[in-house]
Amino acid sequence: MNSSLLTGPAQRRRAVRKFKNVVALTLSGLATAVGLFFLAAILWTLLKNGLAGVSAALFTEMTPPPGGEGGLLNAIYGSAVMTVIGILIGAPIGMLAGTYLAEYGRNSHLSSVIRFVNDVLLSAPSIIIGLFVYGVLVIRMGHFSAIAGAVALAVIAMPVTVRTTEDMLNLVPQGMKDASTAMGAYPWRTITNIIYPAARSGIVTGLLLAVARISGETAPLLFTALNNQFWSSNLNQPMANLPVVIFQFALSPYKNWQQLAWSGALLITLTILILSIVARFVVSALNPGARR
Amino acid sequence: MNTVAAIEPRHAAGQRLRERVFRGATLAAALVVLALLGGVAITLIKGSWPAFSHFKLGFLTTEVWNPVTDKYGALAPIYGTLVTSLLAMLLAVPISLGIAIFLTELAPSWMRRPVGVAIELLAAVPSIIFGIWGLFVLAPVLQRSVQPFLIEWLGPLPVIGKLFQGPPFGIGILSASFVLAIMVIPFISAVMRDVFETVPDVLKESAYGLGATTWEVIWKVVVPHARAGMVGGIMLGLGRALGETMAVTFVIGNAHRVSTSLLAPGTTISASIANEFTEAVGDLYTSSLVALGTLLFLITFTVIAAARFMLLRLDRRALSSV
Repeated sequence: MNSSLLTGPAQRRRAVRKFKNVVALTLSGLATAVGLFFLAAILWTLLKNGLAGVSAALFTEMTPPPGGEGGLLNAIYGSAVMTVIGILIGAPIGMLAGTYLAEYGRNSHLSSVIRFVNDVLLSAPSIIIGLFVYGVLVIRMGHFSAIAGAVALAVIAMPVTVRTTEDMLNLVPQGMKDASTAMGAYPWRTITNIIYPAARSGIVTGLLLAVARISGETAPLLFTALNNQFWSSNLNQPMANLPVVIFQFALSPYKNWQQLAWSGALLITLTILILSIVARFVVSALNPGARR
Repeated sequence: MNTVAAIEPRHAAGQRLRERVFRGATLAAALVVLALLGGVAITLIKGSWPAFSHFKLGFLTTEVWNPVTDKYGALAPIYGTLVTSLLAMLLAVPISLGIAIFLTELAPSWMRRPVGVAIELLAAVPSIIFGIWGLFVLAPVLQRSVQPFLIEWLGPLPVIGKLFQGPPFGIGILSASFVLAIMVIPFISAVMRDVFETVPDVLKESAYGLGATTWEVIWKVVVPHARAGMVGGIMLGLGRALGETMAVTFVIGNAHRVSTSLLAPGTTISASIANEFTEAVGDLYTSSLVALGTLLFLITFTVIAAARFMLLRLDRRALSSV
């Protein structure tokens, strides 16, 4: 009787459950394969099309007219300048704001509002930031300029640094802060002499991620920095930059422009992926206790 | 003794001053965050005022977008934005769920970190790269193999057949949805993975103890426990998809019209702005584009705020990737 029960519907049900299990888990494995496939496909396309255009000229010559010879020097320079200025404006403000959220205003009502607003800014569409900076700076100055592009990038970098700084300061053990306070130190001294050094690797990671985030941004630069076919180091003038050059060149009908777009795309993607990997390495090497 | 007594108050005063300055600086920086959001809102509303006051509510319901006659309606971009994003979510959510399950329950421990990092790297790839890849690699593939198949097999069907009419252009609403799906997968799967990891092991172990299969543990214990966080992650992905600009601009075809067919070219709010803003002449044209931006801001703000609200209940530190 017992054995007849086991060979009957009960066993069939068990077989069905096991089958479902195998199917579901296989599908989840497949889903992961799909995700990895797209990363591989994109990198492969970039390498295949981009490497063909990598030469000394790419780094030493200006963007050419259609059909002419040239490189991306002015665009690489412009991207570097605007990214650096963007970080120099955005990161200090972001770090101070993150410090406020993690230390002075940890539990205040104001802080939870600011945290929420920061999270919204963190995921706000970057083209909106472009429109904002256009309305605030470009219209008032009367023309497109590198400084407007840098400010737009700063607005995007800031929320990233706020978030990472707060998270990293929160990882510093309370006991260290208490010890410093017990020695009679004012909070500013505890923060600058104890907490910042303890969270250094995390803060560096946040900065690297912020650089990675803004160095590929295109939409906010379209109508702030615009583009410039020539060499310009004047911050008050439109300045070439890699993302906008890639955008314009890729959609052009000229073969030499398209080739430069691919090479630029390869350049920018490799830079960003290396930054992202280094950022993860920094945090796990210097801070074994922290997640990622 | 005397010197100490003399120095001490001065030293303390200096410390107090620095404390006040530093504290003030951090507070000011924190307020900059608030001011930014306010500034964005004010700038957008001010810039879009001429368009809204000229077209009134008709701006939202008319399809015509004609710089020559200076008539602008936002229906086509709104439609394109919503349809591409929803379609992208339909494609991306199941795959993201699969990835999250694989990374938390299935993958051997040596595999978790490299695979997880690889998926996160997909999120770091700039959107312009997705655009150029989508235009030159994905769109031709869709045009040659996927779209003719859809037209042949789904086109003749009643009702849903209407979605698959017309020639296979390669670029269009469907291609934009594909690219968007690939772009949001890493965001959604990262949140889902983090949320799954917050489910206490005891719960899972008790289910296994009762004889549940891995899938049953996931579907009946992990998913119900993580539901709010999962919805939050999906909304966050939706927010990304709605506002995504460059990738869509490359592959959507930029046609200001509403077509029932998913294979037809269309436009989205962000693609319209990216394409036309620098070339817009005339105040009404520019203002209409800013008005589109205001609409996008309202839509994404609502979605992101809802997402953050759902994720608020979870421990922030457990959600390292959001």
